[in-house]
Amino acid sequence: MTAEKPAFTLTDLDGGARRYPTGRPALLCFVKEDCHTCNLVAPILQAFHEAWGGDADIWMVGQSADGNAILKDRHGLTLPILDDSACKVSFAWDFEIVPAVHWMGGERGLVDRLEGFVRAEWQDLAARIAADLDRPAAPVDWADYPDWRPGCGSKHLDPDIHDRLQADADDSPIRARRIEVASADDIAEFMFDQGFSDGLPVVPPTPERVMRMLAGTARHPQDVVAVVPPNMAPATVEKVAINAVLAGCRPEYLPVVIAALEAVCTDEFNMHGVTATTMGASPVLVVNGPIRQRIGMNMKLAALGNGNRANATIGRALRLVIRNVGGARPGGVDRSTLSSPMKFTMCFPEWEEGSPWEPLHVERGFAIEDSVVTAFAMTSGPVQIVDQESRQPDQIAGTLGLGLEGMFLSKIHRMPVDALLVVCPEHVNTLMSEGPYAKARLRERIQAVTARPVREMVANEISGAGIPLASAAKMTEAQLASPAPKFADPKHIHIVVAGSEAGKFSAAFHGWVTGAAGSAVVSRKIEC
Amino acid sequence: MTTILDPTDERTPVVRQITPRTGKIAGVVGLLDISKPRGSVLLDELQLLLAARYPDVELRRYAKPTFAKPCPSDLRAKIKDECDVLVEALAD
Repeated sequence: MTAEKPAFTLTDLDGGARRYPTGRPALLCFVKEDCHTCNLVAPILQAFHEAWGGDADIWMVGQSADGNAILKDRHGLTLPILDDSACKVSFAWDFEIVPAVHWMGGERGLVDRLEGFVRAEWQDLAARIAADLDRPAAPVDWADYPDWRPGCGSKHLDPDIHDRLQADADDSPIRARRIEVASADDIAEFMFDQGFSDGLPVVPPTPERVMRMLAGTARHPQDVVAVVPPNMAPATVEKVAINAVLAGCRPEYLPVVIAALEAVCTDEFNMHGVTATTMGASPVLVVNGPIRQRIGMNMKLAALGNGNRANATIGRALRLVIRNVGGARPGGVDRSTLSSPMKFTMCFPEWEEGSPWEPLHVERGFAIEDSVVTAFAMTSGPVQIVDQESRQPDQIAGTLGLGLEGMFLSKIHRMPVDALLVVCPEHVNTLMSEGPYAKARLRERIQAVTARPVREMVANEISGAGIPLASAAKMTEAQLASPAPKFADPKHIHIVVAGSEAGKFSAAFHGWVTGAAGSAVVSRKIEC
Repeated sequence: MTTILDPTDERTPVVRQITPRTGKIAGVVGLLDISKPRGSVLLDELQLLLAARYPDVELRRYAKPTFAKPCPSDLRAKIKDECDVLVEALAD
């Protein structure tokens, strides 16, 4: 509460402009017509006006135009009643409860402020005003009034109104360009026309929605989260929040979107290359840690599909930042031949509680209590791996290997390319049926069952892909007979658990170019 | 009026998207009367001038049922299929 209060101009019930300050002492009382306590004090304010109106401005400031007229008629008021139905003055004067009475009788402005009604305090205030003005007391029968009555919450604190006022205030954290859409325009169509959408409808990012979204993070709205390829445009927290609104996120998802954006905008992840490749790559986000439950992500039935708002909109928000801030659009820098539905969204949490293994984030060096998002650059998936018959652990591990062998093209082996294997709970149960089955053993098994003689990779009449005939001609018989597993190194096989407890269907995402020439897996801690 | 915040990097101005202009008058030119009074007078005059200056251009006339409602989608599709250029007389 500061002594000096902002100047304003409001209209009274006669339509006349009243400007504060006038140069005289002033008693301003903010009221709402539907507040019982405001009605209680209305006759007192009228008495003040009649007693001291010649020496001071005694004004009511009402928070609805219709309500002001009702108050006037109900109490026979003649004091000026000003219209603050927009609540901008209420917001600027910064109080919480109505009636909020301000005695602005001193040289430096505010002398006293009361919220609600405590009879003794109002009596003290009346005595003080009389003394300050050197006038007789106002004729109020204080004994007719109760000792105490609570006030009501001021209208400017209603969440919808407050967020809009905050967004419009001089010290607003909002800096983004404001776009005014005419009321004759269909706002959904307008946003399609402007190219803000991925092809599906988007939520209009009004200032009040963006203010609410920003409440999801402690970071300053103007902090730069990342420089976003391909245009290398800085994305502030505010810009991320705007796109999170477009995507349909709730505010509590925002920290995940921010961390995901940090992850994909690293040199290691190479979002430019992931965007530009004709192969059609896109980030696949895996979320670990306590935030999964806190924001209600789905890690079980249909974890990789539709139906859960957090899963769906976090991935979409990331894609929209890349599109709108980074400028990645199909036909522009995005040159995907076929592209993929993953370019709309692809984000899911690991079901850590259903996994016998260390969660992905712990494997990657984080603490179990950390919340972490991990980004994979993937070109296909989820590709189902179906096995409803195997009952031996090594059989299921073998199936998962054979399922991965089709990545890119089944004849291509020794691939230095990442894959993300999502093992379903029933397959986990079979793997563990005879005791612990380590991830390392599963990776070895995948390599073993996919090992084929190099000879099978050579171009032939069935498929010209693979090792060119000229290169194969220079190989020794031993080289051609040597076994080539699917992956150049077991480290390329990333493993998580998710899905329903019913169904023997695991799945795999297939990578892009892995490593320095392409993309590396990147994890970022989610700062909540 | 609704205010929204720009989700882009703000490098380009926000404008209503308009159809690219061809820069020449050739092929089939449609003349669309929105059915507001005297729009047809303007289009009749324009048709005479175009026919005189561009004898190789084919001119076709179209009319919206009413100026008060958007162009019916069938008519819009027909114009799009048949014309290279469209002149629309907007008001009286």
